[in-house]
Amino acid sequence: MEEPIVSVRTYVIVFVSLLVLAALTTYIASFDLGIWNTAVAMAIATAKMALVGLFFMHLWFKPGLTRVAVVCGFFWLGLLIALILVDVFTRNSIPRAIGTPL
Amino acid sequence: MSDNVAAGGPDINLPAHRHPHPGLHSHFETMEQQREAGTLGIWVFLATEILFFGGLFACYVEMRAIHYQGFQVGSHLLERNFGAAMTFILLASSFTMAMAVHSARTGSRRLLVVFLVLTIVLGAAFLGIKFTEYGQKWHEHLVPGFNFQPTSEQLKGAPAGNVEMFLCFYFFMTGLHALHMIIGIGILTVMTILGLKGRINADRYSYIEVSGLYWHFVDIIWIYLFPLLYLVGGR
Repeated sequence: MEEPIVSVRTYVIVFVSLLVLAALTTYIASFDLGIWNTAVAMAIATAKMALVGLFFMHLWFKPGLTRVAVVCGFFWLGLLIALILVDVFTRNSIPRAIGTPL
Repeated sequence: MSDNVAAGGPDINLPAHRHPHPGLHSHFETMEQQREAGTLGIWVFLATEILFFGGLFACYVEMRAIHYQGFQVGSHLLERNFGAAMTFILLASSFTMAMAVHSARTGSRRLLVVFLVLTIVLGAAFLGIKFTEYGQKWHEHLVPGFNFQPTSEQLKGAPAGNVEMFLCFYFFMTGLHALHMIIGIGILTVMTILGLKGRINADRYSYIEVSGLYWHFVDIIWIYLFPLLYLVGGR
């Protein structure tokens, strides 16, 4: 099956959406949202990545095998970061036996 | 079986429409399969690149969780307008790159070269701003290890070592990203030459498609670096 040619119109719409999202994330960062600063910034970055990946990189039109390769990369990165955070946030909540070296 | 087939050449008994495309390598059945194998290959490479940068991202996440205040203060030391300008420039370069691939597929050699040159110019502009920013950091004495003497006004009470660590992440992550940009500009220069020679066309656009995937990947890395380094400090 030959991959369809994506229309110029689609590329322009995706490009404008990316610019809007970039402006939005810069604008939102001028407010202090506490811990939500990071959450909102990462959500917008992920939306931008999805737009670039699906349309500029044509993942929307790719067979399952290619998508599996992409998902694998992110899955292992997710494992790495998730387990590091599990360590960092629980390190001090495990009581140490008295008298054992730190 | 004739000798011709054994040697990997076309079987002369095939009907005309079954004769292989001149660009088809002998170990593939069809052009479509050859192209899919090529894009799968570059995607597997990009998956390893995700993990290559991923080590730095994971380290950043851990250190920021532990030394939160130092990272907040460090983020405030970066010039947000520079970061935003670089983001817009890189997104525009991704758009021109996508248009270059599109031009190759629709068979317009002139537009292909124009969009490739635009992409290279935008990439170079990005690097220009990046190195200007590095120079500014040097003048502000904010380069870890070599020239790090922050004022107490800059530190805002955060431990100097933690701010220095944030700036280490800043230089390593943006430096590795800049290195990828320089390699990308090199690849696109080769593509421009191939385009000018007419070696890229509607039948043979794998080179440009694969180069485009690499360029977009580098853009995606910056999409995450920009908020993580410049924005998360809040104001």
